[in-house]
Amino acid sequence: MFSLLRTLWMVFLHTFRKRVTVLYPEEKPSIPPRWRGRIILSRDPDGAERCVACYLCAVACPVDCISLQATEDERGRRYPEFFRINFSRCIFCGFCEEACPTYAIQLTPDFEMSEYDRQNLVYEKEDLLISGPGKYHDYNYYRVAGLAIGGKDKGGAENEEPPVDVRGLMP
Amino acid sequence: MKEIIIRLITVFGVLGVVMTIASGLIWLERRLLGLWQDRYGPNRVGPFGLLQVLADMIKVLTKEDWIPPFADKPVFIIAPAVIMFTVLMTFAVIPYTAALYVVDLNIGLLFFLAMSSLGAYSVTLAGWASDSKYSLLGGLRAAAQMLSYEVYMGLSLMGVVMLSGSFNLREIVEAQKGLWFCIPQFIGFVVFMIAGVAETHRLPFDLPEAESELVAGFHVEYSGMKFGMFFVGEYLGITLISAMIATLFFGGWLGPVLPPISWFLIKMFAFICFFILLRASLPRPRYDQLMSYGWKVLFPLSLLNLIVTGGILLAR
Repeated sequence: MFSLLRTLWMVFLHTFRKRVTVLYPEEKPSIPPRWRGRIILSRDPDGAERCVACYLCAVACPVDCISLQATEDERGRRYPEFFRINFSRCIFCGFCEEACPTYAIQLTPDFEMSEYDRQNLVYEKEDLLISGPGKYHDYNYYRVAGLAIGGKDKGGAENEEPPVDVRGLMP
Repeated sequence: MKEIIIRLITVFGVLGVVMTIASGLIWLERRLLGLWQDRYGPNRVGPFGLLQVLADMIKVLTKEDWIPPFADKPVFIIAPAVIMFTVLMTFAVIPYTAALYVVDLNIGLLFFLAMSSLGAYSVTLAGWASDSKYSLLGGLRAAAQMLSYEVYMGLSLMGVVMLSGSFNLREIVEAQKGLWFCIPQFIGFVVFMIAGVAETHRLPFDLPEAESELVAGFHVEYSGMKFGMFFVGEYLGITLISAMIATLFFGGWLGPVLPPISWFLIKMFAFICFFILLRASLPRPRYDQLMSYGWKVLFPLSLLNLIVTGGILLAR
């Protein structure tokens, strides 16, 4: 009997407690920077697309919401001809970000992407591509990769020496 | 002629105010539960979410009013009307102030007890007519609970009747001019309050509907406005029991400074809030616990109260 009265009193004391609810649309919740939200495609510090259309994100995706088509430009750089993410399927697991070898695909702390029309949740490349480098400011895939493209031959990358001529006699 | 018009205004005024309070309680309860659980509750529709009731009303009216094909149709339809009818009838005998009442019935208290007993039919019939096992269990529980709690609800009030020497609610209030009956009839007050919680089948005694075990008990099969009537009927019941507690034990409209009607409303709302606090804090007992608590604790207690009060009155 006493415990019942004690319960009543303690619940009553909650009248004077601060409420824990965050009144969301007026008051934005603070979201950690590694939050897995809306997916974006980032660019090099030079401003070129990072994505090399390797399909690893599409393969890693457990719900198959990413589709893309690879193509090459005149300098030999691979890039996606189209890149489409169906956000009505996406489960925001972040596997695509983990799979990406060039830090191109990244998840951002934005979650406010509701739509009235389901079709509007299918994001095309121009919706996904941002103008900056995202979370990795200085990384430039073609500057560190050994691949030869137009304007950069083999051995021209950072921390890389010109290829050794194995048939030459010089030390 | 003038007399009749004033009567009509009183009747419909009381009806309107009581219905407004009962439906407003839906909002009040959700806000208070929110407050006691450190959250807000409905605060979006209108100022402080007050129009939530209106939104709920629109929703419930536009829902499909489904009568299951296996149900006993006429009884199924009558059952929710019965609870509204019985509870609203009782509001007729409550004196709101010395001058504001619908009828000045000399057996007002008995009328209240009779009507609340009839209210048991509503839930029992609803449970029976739904022809579903959960509903039937809920209806059975409701019948047993309301019948047993009815007994000492009546007995606990007899002390008040002895002290005031009347069944007339207005005279009972006037008999409390010196001292509110909550002090000489403290046991009666406590027993009546607990019986009242059981009578309106509110938490912690909401075993007839017990969401976690019987889904929703007697109103599992109800939808649309029929469900709404049970819902509002329950809140009307809370309002009624609070008004009765205020009238019988806390001197109704009596009080200093403020006008009588506001004293009545203040007391009533205090008890309504207490009912909601009960819901916010206490867990539901098992069914056998509920019954044994009623018959083994409250029943002897109310009898004892009756005997002691009678003895003191005789000795005086």
